Amino acid sequence: MIGVSKIKQHSNVLDKPLSKGKQEVSLSAFAFLFSELVQYNQAKVDNIAELERRLEDAGYAVGARVLELLCHRDKGNRRETRLLGILSFVHSTVWKALFGKVADSLEKGTEHEDEYMISEKELLVNKFISVPKDMGTFNCGAFVAGIVRGVLDGAGFPAVVTAHFVPMEGQQRPRTTILIKFTEEVNTASPALYCNCVCLVMYICQ
Amino acid sequence: MAPVGPRSGDAIFASVERVNAELFTLTYGAIVRQLLTDLEEVEEVNKQLDQMGYNIGIRLIDEFLAKSHVSRCVDFRETAEVIAKVGFKMFLGVSASVTNWDSDGTCCSIIFEDNPLVDFVELPDTCQGLHYCNVLSGVIKGALEMVSMKTEVTWVRDMLRGDDAFELQLKLLKQVPEEYPYKDDE
Repeated sequence: MIGVSKIKQHSNVLDKPLSKGKQEVSLSAFAFLFSELVQYNQAKVDNIAELERRLEDAGYAVGARVLELLCHRDKGNRRETRLLGILSFVHSTVWKALFGKVADSLEKGTEHEDEYMISEKELLVNKFISVPKDMGTFNCGAFVAGIVRGVLDGAGFPAVVTAHFVPMEGQQRPRTTILIKFTEEVNTASPALYCNCVCLVMYICQ
Repeated sequence: MAPVGPRSGDAIFASVERVNAELFTLTYGAIVRQLLTDLEEVEEVNKQLDQMGYNIGIRLIDEFLAKSHVSRCVDFRETAEVIAKVGFKMFLGVSASVTNWDSDGTCCSIIFEDNPLVDFVELPDTCQGLHYCNVLSGVIKGALEMVSMKTEVTWVRDMLRGDDAFELQLKLLKQVPEEYPYKDDE
């Protein structure tokens, strides 16, 4: 059968040009998929903390990839090494790419030096979600918290990131605040001195 | 009121809220990876993805019917065309075509090349048995079951496995007659 059998050429992702990232799918397609992610994980756990942890894990995987993708595409292979730089990268570049808009606010915690908050009036993943009373403080924003942690971790700024509902006066639905607490090794007092020793993987781009 | 005709997939896609496809792609990737970690067996992952797709399909059909104004299809040929031309476009923003009909019109192939699920994806050697996009076949199966069609959906070609397109084979097993009285409380 010479000449008949097809040689299977496995496509190599690195050989493909990097897309511009302008492609879109319908919001419902994403909402349906996300809902399956939540339901699947809900069936696997017996408490809320564990469920949030699993959603965060899934988000972390997304965040790690988003960092690489955006640094590669938007920032000419450069990555932020300053704390404020990476925070505004998350707040503007990452948010804009993933959710189509810049996050509503980025604030520094008033009580602790190492805490920062990103707030969003209506987080995309919470749009179609109502949390039943018996699930208390559960917030699907844990997925987005995971994305943020993935980005920060990949950039060399390890942090504990959590999502919380904050009730707002005059609004029916609470806003979601992503609380970022940097670990001790990230010296937030003098961000410029924090030496970032994670090697930047150099890409050979087309 | 004038009767409302079916709308084209492009028109619907242009009018619905949309999100960045990369968020969708990467989220799906995270799901697949979580399943691989949890279930370990590639076959089990295929099954779970199919189940998730089925769950999505049985809910997605409502939105599809509400937004597309498609009425009852006269035959399975029309059903397949509607899935490829309207359904794929409306939710994923991609076009698909239908070919390879068998003589009695109960089996055909849906073929598409653009697939937002597989961006950035490469199947490692250990996952060669994985039907990465199995969620799609589940969705079609679930959605059709809600309009009284039992189908079997299988992957024939898969670009992740080196083929030149994605091909889903759609086989109509039977039309389930509608039952009366409907049980509302189930």
